[in-house]
Amino acid sequence: MKGLYDNEMKLEFISKTNNEAFARITVAAFVSQLDPTIDELSDIKTAVSEAVTNSIIHGYEDEEGIIRVSAKLFGNSVEIEISDNGKGIGNIEEARKPLYTSKPNLERSGMGFTIMESFMDDVKIESALGLGTKITMRKQIGGEKQEEEMDVREA
Amino acid sequence: MIVEFKKEDKVLIFKLTEDVDQHTSEKIRRKMDNEIKRYIPRKVIFDFSNISFMDSAGIGMVLGRYKLAQMLDGELEIINVNRAMKKIFDMSGVSRIINIVEEEKNEGVI
Repeated sequence: MKGLYDNEMKLEFISKTNNEAFARITVAAFVSQLDPTIDELSDIKTAVSEAVTNSIIHGYEDEEGIIRVSAKLFGNSVEIEISDNGKGIGNIEEARKPLYTSKPNLERSGMGFTIMESFMDDVKIESALGLGTKITMRKQIGGEKQEEEMDVREA
Repeated sequence: MIVEFKKEDKVLIFKLTEDVDQHTSEKIRRKMDNEIKRYIPRKVIFDFSNISFMDSAGIGMVLGRYKLAQMLDGELEIINVNRAMKKIFDMSGVSRIINIVEEEKNEGVI
């Protein structure tokens, strides 16, 4: 394990919606070490909030369960993992579709995965029915700055 | 949330005071519905100036109230959203049906 990541943290909490703010604010505070812009931090908070909400209202529905959040820093990248032992996603393809929701009665917009995918560089969904779901998301901090530097080099 | 009703022009303002996620939106949407039904406003305004965060729960919260306001012949406007909120409203198509005024530091935009 030693030397794999520059820094790492783990959180565990029960599936209550009160914990959405706790989760996103804690991850944002941890990622702050990479000196992100306000926009980058806001993107990460939003993506974490979406994934945690999914675990609470879809994964565990009305039951109480444990949600695990971990964040790993390496170089100028962050990898965030959010997992639950809830009911799992039957059809990931369908769940990823913008505006698809299995819970319109809760006024869910079906934009959760679309937002995660557009706010993070990479989103991986692993799920098994009856076992749970794991979301792994990556984002490079200061990505735009780097691209600019590369452009200069190419020119 | 601070609720304000301007009687003379029948404008109902919801000034949000807590970041919007599934937890907070569930708490306030019933109250919003009750206020809309009570005043039957000509216009409902969502003011985001006091908060800095909203996730996709904000989409449902706004659209739900928009439908109710429309049913009662009113309109709905969203004001003082930041860049991240605007992005979410754009992605979900909300900005195509609801007028959104981005953050600006002039007070009393009605």
